[in-house]
Amino acid sequence: MAKKGKLKNEDSKVNKLEIKKLKTGISGFDVISNGGLPINRTTLVSGTSGSGKTIFAVQFLAEGIEKTGESGIFITFEETPEDIRKNMLSFNWDIQKWEKEGKWAFVDASSKPEEESIEAGNYDLGAFLARIEHAIQKVGAKRVSMDSLGAIFTQFTDSAQVRKELYRITMAFKNLNVTALITAERIEEYGEIARFGVEEFVSDNVVILRNVLENEQRRRTMEILKFRGTTHHKGEYPFTILTREGIIAIPLSGIELKQKSSNIRISSGVSELDKMCGGGFFRDSIILVSGATGTGKTLMVAQFIAGSSKNDERCLLFAFEESREQLFRNAGGWGVDFERMEREGKLKVVCMYPEVYGMEDHLVAMKDIIEEFKPNRIALDSLSALERVSTIKSFREFVIGLTALIKHKEITGLFTSTTPTLLGGPSITESHISTITDAIILLRYIELFGEMRRGITMLKMRGSKHDKDIREYTIDHSGMHITKPFRNVTGILSGNPMNVPDQELERLGVMFDEE
Amino acid sequence: MNQYVLKLYITGHTAKSDRAIANLKNLCEKELKDQYELNIIDVLENPQLAEDEKILATPTLIRELPPPFRRIIGDLSNTDKVLLGLDLFPKNNLTQKGD
Repeated sequence: MAKKGKLKNEDSKVNKLEIKKLKTGISGFDVISNGGLPINRTTLVSGTSGSGKTIFAVQFLAEGIEKTGESGIFITFEETPEDIRKNMLSFNWDIQKWEKEGKWAFVDASSKPEEESIEAGNYDLGAFLARIEHAIQKVGAKRVSMDSLGAIFTQFTDSAQVRKELYRITMAFKNLNVTALITAERIEEYGEIARFGVEEFVSDNVVILRNVLENEQRRRTMEILKFRGTTHHKGEYPFTILTREGIIAIPLSGIELKQKSSNIRISSGVSELDKMCGGGFFRDSIILVSGATGTGKTLMVAQFIAGSSKNDERCLLFAFEESREQLFRNAGGWGVDFERMEREGKLKVVCMYPEVYGMEDHLVAMKDIIEEFKPNRIALDSLSALERVSTIKSFREFVIGLTALIKHKEITGLFTSTTPTLLGGPSITESHISTITDAIILLRYIELFGEMRRGITMLKMRGSKHDKDIREYTIDHSGMHITKPFRNVTGILSGNPMNVPDQELERLGVMFDEE
Repeated sequence: MNQYVLKLYITGHTAKSDRAIANLKNLCEKELKDQYELNIIDVLENPQLAEDEKILATPTLIRELPPPFRRIIGDLSNTDKVLLGLDLFPKNNLTQKGD
């Protein structure tokens, strides 16, 4: 018994030493940071101009007020409080209201350009510190944001003195039991941490916001460079800034780890295809359908959706290539009634132009729709359309983010991808994401004796036996019909189909004796 | 008649504060005898006054009147700069030039 008690004491000692974190409430950031910002410490948030520092700083306080009821003070060096109040209204953050309610206080350290001060002797920033302490006590602040440090160095000539004084202020934060966030400018996306040697006095915790121009497109990422004495996720994570919501980070690895997998099978909507994959798709799997234009990718999507309604499932279709009218008309041509399904609430069709958003915004928008509609199946037609408008990196991140989300919610996902050539050949899309998908179905044109025919094959299916044949299929008013394998043809996948005489086929059959 | 209205912001009675007060009083007596009004404000006692006036550094001397409004920061040990900020020219300098 005594022993047990002692052990317990030691445990609590360890817990006390561990650095606790303050949940920021910034979507995704708390996952990347393993729980938020180190409590009662100061974190430096550094970024180039336009990287979202001020929004991050304001949101840190706003989420505290709205989600955890913690007050905050905002120290501004650059923008005036009036500007900040006005600018942040678009995010639904009513700072003026919070000020009246005693939850938010400004410390205005922005300089007036017309009021230049003359330096005549030694000085310190004692008045500034007194004002900060006063503001913290006035609203009972738990959170402090300071934005943005560079501007104070231009107000005084003696930067060494300013650095010393800022260090004194960060020490004061610790004694005042507040968690502080300080923003600073940097010049290059990949260079020194911040201007003016700021990291010399706030070096324990550093977060970097980036806004990189890549192939004429802006890509925002955040990276936790270090958290002294505690853990965080490493590397750059994409984020987006949305009106009404603020910063939303997309913690890719954070969600990937929690994936489950099931053995429950669901119908693809084509009974022959179900047989080919050993009884249907797995429920939480991602299936990629690849084919040239006109091979029947959208048809597979329609059948996949029709298959869902038989089991009373709900299906969500993201269409990036065709309009609603086109889709509904085509599905009708294959005997699938999208209109009725939508009326019955079993289907939701979302048509978007790929160009209207960046990839991160697409992902966030799709996530919202998925969470609202709660589908059992999701079809996306097509990934290639999205790939056209993004960089390789953000495309890959988009696919990882989407698949992680889909799998986490035990949804089946069917993505289509268009191959650039008519006969054979992989698409660029596939080479980037084939490892992420669980099953790949190839739809190919096969030219035989002056005739275009179509072939389907299961290239891979994780965790299941599947048919390895390349089978012929036809399309008519009742959808897709898969028939017998192409026996006398070789070289279909390479795009050079050749007829093989029966004799040769027998000889090959003997050469590779199947199990 | 008080032509000059000056405010000196300090944080507590530190060596720096005392030095600034002494320097300022000395200078005022010399250059502005009976022409000035001086208020000394301790920021630690009245932080809201510092907030209203947006004082960052201490000591800070504010010249409220006559216009233009001026801020002079530091312990005022650099007399030339203080005089410049107050738009004053040292009397002995003037007499020297006069000679």
